[in-house]
Amino acid sequence: MNWSTILGISKTHLRSRIKQSSIAALGVTFGIGTFVTLASFMTGLNGLLDGLILNRTPHVHIYNEIEPSEQQPITLAEEFSEGINLVRSIKPKKSQLRIHNALPLLNYLRQQESVRGAIPQVQAQVFYLAGSIELNGLVFGVDVMEEERLFNIGDYVIEGDPQDLARNKNGIILGAGLSKKMSLKIGDRVQLSSVKGGLFPLKIVGFYQSGLAEIDDVQSYVNLATAQRILGEGKNYISDINVKLYDMAEAPLMAKQISDQYDLTAIDIKTANAQFETGTQIRNIITYAVSITLLIVAGFGIYNILNMMIYEKMNDIAILKATGFSGKDVKMIFISQALLIGIIGGVLGLIIGYGLSVAISYIPFETEALPTLKTFPVNNDPTFYLIGIVFALAATFFAGYLPAAKAEKIDPVDIIRGQ
Amino acid sequence: MSQPSPYILEARNINKYFREPVLFHVLKDISFGIKPGEFVSIMGKSGCGKSTLLYILSTMDTDYEGSLLLKGEELQGKSNKELSVVRNEHIGFVFQFHYLLPEFTVLENVMLPAKKLGRKSNAEIKEDALKKLELLDIQGLASKLAYRISGGEKQRVAIARALINEPTIIMGDEPTGNLDSKNAENVFDILKQLSTDKGMSLLVVTHDLDFAEKTDRIIEMADGRINGQPLKPL
Repeated sequence: MNWSTILGISKTHLRSRIKQSSIAALGVTFGIGTFVTLASFMTGLNGLLDGLILNRTPHVHIYNEIEPSEQQPITLAEEFSEGINLVRSIKPKKSQLRIHNALPLLNYLRQQESVRGAIPQVQAQVFYLAGSIELNGLVFGVDVMEEERLFNIGDYVIEGDPQDLARNKNGIILGAGLSKKMSLKIGDRVQLSSVKGGLFPLKIVGFYQSGLAEIDDVQSYVNLATAQRILGEGKNYISDINVKLYDMAEAPLMAKQISDQYDLTAIDIKTANAQFETGTQIRNIITYAVSITLLIVAGFGIYNILNMMIYEKMNDIAILKATGFSGKDVKMIFISQALLIGIIGGVLGLIIGYGLSVAISYIPFETEALPTLKTFPVNNDPTFYLIGIVFALAATFFAGYLPAAKAEKIDPVDIIRGQ
Repeated sequence: MSQPSPYILEARNINKYFREPVLFHVLKDISFGIKPGEFVSIMGKSGCGKSTLLYILSTMDTDYEGSLLLKGEELQGKSNKELSVVRNEHIGFVFQFHYLLPEFTVLENVMLPAKKLGRKSNAEIKEDALKKLELLDIQGLASKLAYRISGGEKQRVAIARALINEPTIIMGDEPTGNLDSKNAENVFDILKQLSTDKGMSLLVVTHDLDFAEKTDRIIEMADGRINGQPLKPL
C-alpha cells in the first residue's frame, strides 16, 4: 500500500471541499472541546465536594461514648434468667469521658502499616467571656501541625496561620462567628472560663470558618496542652482519636476491630457519610453521558459529509479503480479523510478544551464552605485529553468506515456505463 | 494451463449475461486476439455489446464465462486486487468522457497510476510524466487544474496518463466520441503515432467509421457476435 499517494489524494479531496471538511472538523472540535472542558470542570468540582467531606472527616473517629450498660446485674443472675426482667430508669454508669489508656492506643495505631496518621484531640466545654456576656462554646485541643498534615485545617483558617498556634502555647484559633459576635481581631485576647470555673486568657492567632454557622459560632482550636489545662487534667487526658488511613476502604474493618478490642466507640467514614459516594458517581455518569452524546452527534456529522462526498466523487472512484487502484486503496482514501478530520478536529478540540478550562479556572467562585477557594476548581487531568483524542479518532473512524466500505464496493463499470 | 500465444491480449469463447431486469445473453462466444503493435477498432451499433466486451477485456468486469489472456496469462478467476494490479501495470485507459480527477493538476493526474505502481521515485515519475506531456504537446498545461482545460486537452492528458506506466495495451472507449472533428483527428493521429512509432497495441471501441477505417483492423460486432474477421486457427 502506497500511503503517501493515498494521503496525498485524501488531502487534495479535503482541501477542494474545504468548507465541508472544516464543518465536519468543527463538529469534532466542538464535541472534544466540550468533553475536555466538562470533564475537567466536573471532576474539579467533584474533587472539591469530596474534599469538603474527606478533608475534614477522619477515616476512623474513636471516642468514649457515655451510654447505659447493656447488661444490668439482674440479667447476670442465674435464678432470674427464666423470667422477664424490667429495670426502669436506667442511668449511664459513672465513668470517665476520656479514652482510657489513650497514649498506648495512639502508639499502637501509629505503628500500623495502613495508618497514615493518628492524632489525639481534647474536647472541652468552655464559656467565652465578652464583657458581661458569657458565650457557650467548645474548644478542641489539637496538635495543629498534624491536623494540617492530615485534615488540611489550614484551608479553613481564613486569617492567620495554623503555624502561629503551634508557636504560641497560649494561642487560640477562634471560630469566625464568635469573632464577629465579640468584635475581635487577630492579636486580641479572649478570656475563656472552664466549666469548673478557672479563667484562661488566650491570644487570638487566627480565625476558623467551616461554612457551617452552628460550628463557627461555638468552636475554636487551641493546643492540646492548653485544652488539658482548661480541663485541669494531665497529659494523658485524650477525649478523641482521629485516624487517617492510606486506603479509605479499610476504614470499616479497622473501626470494628478497635471498638471490639478496646471497648470504645469507633465510627468509620463510610458510616458517617454514606451519601457522599453516590453523589460523586452520579456526577461522573452525567459528565460522560453528555460528552458521549456530543461526540456521537459529531460522528453523525462526519458520516453525513463523507457519504455526500462519496456521491460527488463517484467519477473519481471509477477513474482510480480503472487506473489500477484497488477497492482497498479507495477505502483507505476515504477512511484517511475521516481520520484527518478527526485528528485536526480533535487536536483543535483539545486546545479549545484546555483554553476553556483555564478560562473557567479564572472565574471567581467564593463559598463560605471553603474560604481559601477564590475561583472555580478545575482538574486538568491529562487522562481526559487522552480519552478525548482517542474518542475523536474512534468516532471519526467508524463514521468514515461505512461510507468508505461503500466506496470500496462501487463498480467502476456501472459508473462509466452510466455516463 | 495457458499455451503460448502470439497475441498480447486474447479472448477465448467469452460469454456474458445480464441478469437484470431479465436474463439476456449479451456476448455470445467471442474469440479474438490482438497482436503486438496492432491498432484494432471494434465497431457496431448501440447495444451490440461492444462496450460490455471492452469492460471485460479491461478486467473491470469480472462477471463472464470463458477465458481472457494477457501476454499468455489467464486473467479469469483472479481476485479484484490482483486485477487492479494488472490494470495498473499493463492496461492504459482512454474514455469518451475524459475522466480526469478534477481537483488535481494535470501533472498529478498523469503521475497517479505510476505512484500507485510505486516502482520509481517521485522525482523519476515526475520526469516521466513531463516527457509524456511533451510527447502529446501539452507540457504547458502541467500545473493547471484538470477541470480548467478544454475537452481536447483533457483527452490528451488522459492519453498521457494511460501511457505513464508503459502499458502492454491501450484501450479506448470512444476516445474521440465527445470531440469536434479537428480535435478528434488530432487524438486519432496521436494514437496512430503510438501504434506505428512506439509499437504499442491499441484497442478502441468506436462509432466513427472514418476513425475505424484508418486502423489496422476492424472487428464488427452485431447482436453480441463478431461479424468481421473470425479468429483464424493458427
